[in-house]
Amino acid sequence: MTLLTCENTRESQAYAALHAVVDPELDEPITDLGFVRSLTASPTGPDCETVRVEVHLRLPTSFCSPNFAYLMASDAKDALTALPWTDQVIVELDDHHDSDLINAGLAADAGYLGTFRHEAESSLDELRTTFHRKAHTAALERCLTRLLRGQPDLAEDAVGEVRLGDLPDDDFTASLRRRRAVLGLPDLPEAYVLVDHDNERPSDIPLALRRARSTRISIDGNAHFCRGLLATRYGEEVTSPAFVPLTDLHREGASS
Amino acid sequence: MYTKDNESYFIVDAHVALWDARPENQRNIHGKQFIDCFYDYHRNLSPESEHWSYEDYLYQGGERLMHDLFEVGYVDHAIFQPAHLGEFYTNGFGQTEEASQLAAKHPDRLTYNHHFDPRNGEAGLEQLHADAERFGLRGVKLYTAEWHGESRGWKLTDPWAYRYFEACRELGITNIHIHKGPTIRPLDRDAFDVADIDHVASDFTDLNFIVEHVGLPRLEDFCWIATQEPNVHGGLAVAMPFIHTRPRYFAQILGELVYWIGEDRIQFSSDYAIWTPKWLIERFVDFQIPEDMTEYAPLTVAQKKKILGLNAAKMYDLEVPAELRLPEADETATGPREPERADLAAV
Repeated sequence: MTLLTCENTRESQAYAALHAVVDPELDEPITDLGFVRSLTASPTGPDCETVRVEVHLRLPTSFCSPNFAYLMASDAKDALTALPWTDQVIVELDDHHDSDLINAGLAADAGYLGTFRHEAESSLDELRTTFHRKAHTAALERCLTRLLRGQPDLAEDAVGEVRLGDLPDDDFTASLRRRRAVLGLPDLPEAYVLVDHDNERPSDIPLALRRARSTRISIDGNAHFCRGLLATRYGEEVTSPAFVPLTDLHREGASS
Repeated sequence: MYTKDNESYFIVDAHVALWDARPENQRNIHGKQFIDCFYDYHRNLSPESEHWSYEDYLYQGGERLMHDLFEVGYVDHAIFQPAHLGEFYTNGFGQTEEASQLAAKHPDRLTYNHHFDPRNGEAGLEQLHADAERFGLRGVKLYTAEWHGESRGWKLTDPWAYRYFEACRELGITNIHIHKGPTIRPLDRDAFDVADIDHVASDFTDLNFIVEHVGLPRLEDFCWIATQEPNVHGGLAVAMPFIHTRPRYFAQILGELVYWIGEDRIQFSSDYAIWTPKWLIERFVDFQIPEDMTEYAPLTVAQKKKILGLNAAKMYDLEVPAELRLPEADETATGPREPERADLAAV
């Protein structure tokens, strides 16, 4: 049996904390996407009671949007700083056209405005909200389409009447409920599924479902493309510790 | 022209480039990052038999372009859509002189579109007039994430952009090709958002707005805008090669496009030299929506002919042999097409 050092334990805990950081555009954790290139924990006190954590992030291209890149990197820093035992957190974004700018901003805790200065106006809240809404739309489409495929006699217009309690207790429903919670939508069995971010029901059910479908296709497509590009860009590069083998990403990116 | 199973297809490659990304033309690290990003697109989405070496990829030259497009690529006519990228490349990324001279030498084969940047103000407007005359411009390619001094992006609704569109109208530059990129000012917003296209398309109904990459990575927003604006079209650059790596995703993209904007407003392109047209055309003619995707109707031969060339030929008044022409679909100008295809009861 291998004995885990306290550094190993802290690295696992830090990695688990990064699981909460989501690529807002793809609606998936950065850990699952393979964006965490390396993570190292170095004790600064006895028995790792206090630890310095250094994380390097990588993205599928140098030209991924800098605002999303910054969001993920600063969320990663916040998630690690919130751990009670971290006394120094370094997060760096590698190989991006704005790496210098973003890394300097993170090191100085300059925030979004301080990092991007004249290119920033107020905050990235609106951007985040836009993508929370898209994630919700895609999640409800997955649930309703699965329902329709399972019940061939269910009329299309009838999906407007489907309520949370009508959905099976499965992964899609759990995912929808998480996204509803982010938007502050009710988590009650009688709540309607096909609603917008303000809990409004659409007047044209088939059209609303078609729009939701195009959103889901778009997000799924982007996620696969990004996975594939990351695998192409970094090949078999070994991450440390070894988290997500790129071969797995490759396989997923290549499958249809 | 491409012929298979007794059907002949007139081919217009509506988005090609002749670029120079060699180290001696790179102004800084971003020049290398940019071409490396393209090269990863190429390697990730091409069949292995079509992979180029990195050296070949840095610069292809006019001779190779003519060979790849017209000698082996089945293309009847191709349209240059150059990206300037003056902050990344000393002599620009798209090679204005070489490409425009090639087009002047082969007017039956090539159309040269140029670019403008509204942040160049009055001087840029004068330049646009000069360029329109020099190149006989019918279209322009606009990249909204072009870096320009302190600014790294612009919107089509910027007041200066409107001045340029008014000039396009005067000069007979009717085809505005738009490519969205990752940077915009302010960075608070989604740089890929296509909402500004909605505004300009409503305000300039006599201009065509061709959204390259069919709005990817914002396909859904593109479809929603394009279905409402009859002068908004979709270019398939970058979307095409998914036909190889992810055919089911490609089927969904096409299914959505045919549903939202119809068969008359979709244009094929290889995005040469990111990819080459030969294999894309061969695959596309053989392509069919998978049978289990009953939410989409099968693609017809007529639809394929329109997408592969007839739509762009119409926009650019290219001469198509009489026997290869097709009438426009008798469809609504706005709103979803053949909405019965959306019948999910059949899913």
